[in-house]
Parts: sequence; structure tokens; C-alpha cells
Amino acid sequence: MITFLTAVLVLSCVFCLFRVMAGPTPPDRTVAIDVLGIIIVSFCAFISIQTGIDFFMNIAISWSLLSFLGSMALAKYLEGRGFDE
Amino acid sequence: MSKVSVVLYVIGVLFNLLGAFGLLRLPDIYNRLQAATKCVTLGTCMILFGVFIDYGISSLGTKALICLMFILFTSPTSAHAISRGSHTFGIKLWKGSVVDKLAEDDSEK
Repeated sequence: MITFLTAVLVLSCVFCLFRVMAGPTPPDRTVAIDVLGIIIVSFCAFISIQTGIDFFMNIAISWSLLSFLGSMALAKYLEGRGFDE
Repeated sequence: MSKVSVVLYVIGVLFNLLGAFGLLRLPDIYNRLQAATKCVTLGTCMILFGVFIDYGISSLGTKALICLMFILFTSPTSAHAISRGSHTFGIKLWKGSVVDKLAEDDSEK
């Protein structure tokens, strides 16, 4: 059951990676990376259920934090400002 | 694994898949942002809530709840920042789009 759901998540990761590869403009790639980070959080949740080890949930929390920071930094870069404004 | 959490897992994965498919299929950066970010946020929050229902107040379930709250707060914020940044970057709207309030505001100033 969980294995099948994880396979479906892998398929959606492939969609995101295709958009990262083929996106015509930089904001397209930024959105795809943002979405990929959120999908990986649910991936970590499934791994944590499957193995019963709660350490993977720590990875999910820190991954969501780093994905948020990366998206904000890329948005600042797109807007053409420095990181301290 | 209870029945409620299985239903939450299936619906969440379906939302994730449809959000990623919208990211692949829609024509414009703003449309893609609209489809992808909202669907994927809701799907991931459903999966994490299913983990919380399965494991309750344990080490794993509490971490899932914290992660849920964090994603629910941060994901719309980054989506708004990216859309404003891409508008400033100069990405044109799709030809079928009907209204652009931010450009109207900028031209009034």
C-alpha cells in the first residue's frame, strides 16, 4: 500500500524534475524546485511510516525549513534586490 | 494503520500528483504557481495529518504535527514572494489572462 503510494510520489517528482529541466524562464525553475521540496517532505513521512524510525521526521522538518529559505532567496534574486533589504 | 489515515494518505498523494501534473501542463508561470503550490501544500498537509492520526502523541506524531504547521505557514509565503519576484523580473502574462492588478497599480504611481 505505502509502496504503491511512494511510487506515485516518485512519478510526481519526475514531473517536477522535467519542469526544472525544460522550464523556459528562471521563475519556472524556481517554482518547480519549491514544489519538489514540499513533495520530498511527504516522501520523508512515508519513509518514516514504513521503517518506524522517527529520525526521518527530523529530516522532513529541516528540509522544509531549508526549502523555504531557498525559495525566499531565489525570489529576492528574481526581484533584483540584495538579501539584506 | 487505521482506515481514516489510509484515506488521508490516498487523497494526499492524489493531490500531490495532480499538482505536479498541473506544473507540467499549464501554460504560464502564474497559472503553474496557482495549481502547483496550493495542491501540493494541501496534499502534504493531509499526509502529515494522517501520520499524526496513526501515531498520536508520540515522538513521530508530534514531529509530524509541527512539520504540518510549518508547511502551512511557509509555503503560501514563498509562493507569493516568487510570483511578485517573477512579475518584477518581467515575465509576461499568458495571452488568455484577463486582469493584471499589480501592473495597474504600478502605472498609477
